[in-house]
Amino acid sequence: MSAATEPRAVPTRVVVAALIRKDLRLELRTRESVPAMLLFSVSTFVLFHFGLDARSLEGDLAAGVLWVTLLFAAVLGINRLFVAEREQGGFDGFLLAPVDRTALFLAKATVLFSFLVVLELAAVPAFAVLLLAPPGLPGLLELCALLLLADVGIAVVGTLVGALAVQTRARDLIVPLLALPLMIPVVIAAARGTAPLWLEAGAEPMPGRWPAILGLYDLVFGLLAYAVFDYLLDE
Amino acid sequence: MPDPDPVLVLRGAGRRYGERAALRNVSLELGAGRTLVVFGPNGAGKTTLLRMLATLLRPHAGEVRVLGRPLPADGYAVRGRIGFLGHDALLYRELSGRENLRFHARLHRVVPARVDEVLDAVGMTTRAGDPVAELSRGMVQRLAIARAVLHEPELLLLDEPLANLDPGAAGAVEPLIGAGSGAARVLISHDVEHGLEEADVVLGLRGGRQALLARAGEVDAAALRELYA
Repeated sequence: MSAATEPRAVPTRVVVAALIRKDLRLELRTRESVPAMLLFSVSTFVLFHFGLDARSLEGDLAAGVLWVTLLFAAVLGINRLFVAEREQGGFDGFLLAPVDRTALFLAKATVLFSFLVVLELAAVPAFAVLLLAPPGLPGLLELCALLLLADVGIAVVGTLVGALAVQTRARDLIVPLLALPLMIPVVIAAARGTAPLWLEAGAEPMPGRWPAILGLYDLVFGLLAYAVFDYLLDE
Repeated sequence: MPDPDPVLVLRGAGRRYGERAALRNVSLELGAGRTLVVFGPNGAGKTTLLRMLATLLRPHAGEVRVLGRPLPADGYAVRGRIGFLGHDALLYRELSGRENLRFHARLHRVVPARVDEVLDAVGMTTRAGDPVAELSRGMVQRLAIARAVLHEPELLLLDEPLANLDPGAAGAVEPLIGAGSGAARVLISHDVEHGLEEADVVLGLRGGRQALLARAGEVDAAALRELYA
């Protein structure tokens, strides 16, 4: 076979970068995902602020409110993650190119991760103002570590579920039905890790097992998603 | 006399959607640089055939070889050598034409200068910065053609490529997707006269079955119109 007829394989990093750039550009133009996620989160905190009739939350309750809200907000982003690919032929355009299909997984997971980080940059301070007692966010470094570890897990599982759900008619129903049960370990580990930081009596050290569990979750689901994603794109 | 190095070989090829057979027992060969024109009424299996050849659908029966490679096993090896133009433009509406083509250029490892070259060739240079959502259907079709030929494919799979194009635009894209492009072509058409002019080989499909296969000179327009009766 001549060089002219050899397949022109494209490096995966080039494809991932192109997909991320395109997705971020689309989000900047349409503003369909991050603003909706943020509005949902802040609205939920406001509802809790007035609904719980408490001046401030602490410990397990505060951690639970934050993490469950962030998870539901993430579901909104997951629902939209593959919509442009489905509705505007992005899947076909991608599948017609001589590229490693797992590049789409890596790119979409990175995009969802970045959406979550942007969301949290605004939503967590809003949570602190509305629902935590002054001075706001004790244990900020530990919280940031938990947020990043949880975001990786949510991004990985969310990308997998989003790719599966977008092939179905009941996408909006399938995403929460599949994603929420799969992400229960994330909420448990993240909330248990966060609760000691926000005790009324003062912050206690975060037990090391919770970030370790989140790390293990990220690893296991990351490998699983990487292995099966190609099959999800195959018709 | 059979072509010694055919671009397409189908032997008993078929495809189902669930229990329904969309394409049954299609057999043909197409040589390099030749044009196969596919005729048939709606639902005959034309689009299924095109998507199968583009590696977007797996064949469920028979043998399919594209550019010498068996499908679906070697789909990866032929993807960058096929130009596909289907019903959908495969362009993101919120991105401009240039942004869309640059995105596809990166996926196909095509140099950026080629983007401007094809934009110029389809007469879209002045509107290349506009979002696709703001363009007319004809302009979107021109961009879709530019996308399909961006990577200079050896095989063009074209589903009514001149739909929505005015005569001037149709003439402008002729060097890219016409017989002069040098690529082998599979062309779906409902325009019997024009299709016959383009064809080296004619395939007629009806109800997913191969109703007719002939060289262009061996079949007349009346026989093709019977497919639609």
